[in-house]
Amino acid sequence: MQIKTFEELKKILKNSNKEIFEIAQEMECQNLDITKEDFRQSVKKTLNAMKDAIKNGLINNQITNGKMGGQDCVKLVKKYKEKPSVFSKLFEKILTYALATSEENARMGKIAACPTAGACGIVPSVLISLFEEFNINTDKQINSLIVAGLIGKIISQKVKPAGAVAGCQAECGTAAAMAAGAAAYLFDYNIDIILNSVSLCLKNILGLTCDPVRGFVEVPCIKRNPFMAIHAITAVELASAGIESVIPTDEVVDAMEQTGALMSPSLKESSLAGLAKTKTAIIMSKACFTKKYYSELKD
Amino acid sequence: MNEASILDIISPVMVGPSSSHTAGAVKIGLLAKNIYGRKIKDVVITLYNSYAQTGIGHGSDKGILAGLLGFGVDNIIIKDIFNSIEASKIKYRFEYEENFSYHPNAVDIKFSGEVEMKISAQSIGGGEVQIVKIDDFDVNINGKYNSIILVIDDTIGHISKITSVIQKYNINIASINCERKSKGQNATCCISLDSEISHSALLEIEKETKPKLMRYIKKL
Repeated sequence: MQIKTFEELKKILKNSNKEIFEIAQEMECQNLDITKEDFRQSVKKTLNAMKDAIKNGLINNQITNGKMGGQDCVKLVKKYKEKPSVFSKLFEKILTYALATSEENARMGKIAACPTAGACGIVPSVLISLFEEFNINTDKQINSLIVAGLIGKIISQKVKPAGAVAGCQAECGTAAAMAAGAAAYLFDYNIDIILNSVSLCLKNILGLTCDPVRGFVEVPCIKRNPFMAIHAITAVELASAGIESVIPTDEVVDAMEQTGALMSPSLKESSLAGLAKTKTAIIMSKACFTKKYYSELKD
Repeated sequence: MNEASILDIISPVMVGPSSSHTAGAVKIGLLAKNIYGRKIKDVVITLYNSYAQTGIGHGSDKGILAGLLGFGVDNIIIKDIFNSIEASKIKYRFEYEENFSYHPNAVDIKFSGEVEMKISAQSIGGGEVQIVKIDDFDVNINGKYNSIILVIDDTIGHISKITSVIQKYNINIASINCERKSKGQNATCCISLDSEISHSALLEIEKETKPKLMRYIKKL
């Protein structure tokens, strides 16, 4: 069985007394022909990899592969130590965890690509911050990651999560929608609030381009991760107040697919336009892409 | 069968920085190594479009080489793979081309030496990949299933011979994909299986069909 649309998911949930993660879990165990225990074990393995990446990234000050980042997370952690955020500890955690993970990724460190490596900081930063601040038990942690996965899966059946296919909306946008839906689940909100969180999230990233400077997953990718994590939380805050998306979730996904198809290939992970072709980016490219640079890269 | 599972979406656990351009590249390298099935001596790798333009920044070149050497997506050796490839004595060269009729993340891997083979692949997002061509034959291998690839004579009854051997060993077929260029010519057959197949079953299939090429590609 495959759940193809969010409408279908809603119908299944309304006709059963199961939780959203149970529906997803049963579907995947059947599709993959594995036991519930094996499935949850695999999800847990991913969860642990996410936690490790955060732990490593929070203290790693090493410069990234493309030499355009790698020292911002430590900077932010230091700032919060000296002067805590006016918002909350949760807010501090979300920002630092997202930066930690995406900087680790840009150093060619080990991360979980959820749904992609470029967007790897968004789901873990939101979920793991919430786990810690609200003492969520391991079982529910796993459940929430399954919910995130289900949301990503339904979106990806229409729009593949790849910047080269549909721009950053399909990577960081999908990640934020996954994080928003899973966070809404963690707070025990109903399916309508979960789906409104997803819709609000996606609607507000439509058209986001993928224009990495010099082709590295660094500028704008690293700093975009904390922005998108907060974007996800904004969606949950609005949706939980009963604010609805006028356009239903499936139609928002359709709009994302169409927008992706209409976007020029030059703005889809080819570094031929946008930020990648700014004056500064071009100067940096010329300075860097010399024979000497390539040989250094190989060392 | 090509739909991504929830586990595909929330993972793989991998070495960064890009699922399509790094992990996908590793998987393509691994599948190509298994399909070639011989000691690699000389290889030319052509990266197209987005893979060509941003491949070096994303470590696509490192990823493909790591795959060709047999390393998995989460092996931190990928970062320093050029040292390993020097030690392996494999001759390799990268080419970069633009062809928008191809997938944005397309790769050709051309092996030469005693046996020549060209494998075309694409990285379709989130670390998912497809091998789409072996030499001139269209195939569809994604590394999610144990697969048998055969290039056989296009004669009556070959496919039923193959499937009856598989049935005899009590293995379920997930999908079967056969194609030929024209009547009576070579046909390619890709069979994805739900479980592992034994060496003796493979030998039986080989005996029954006398394939020009036969490979068993274990799932990644």
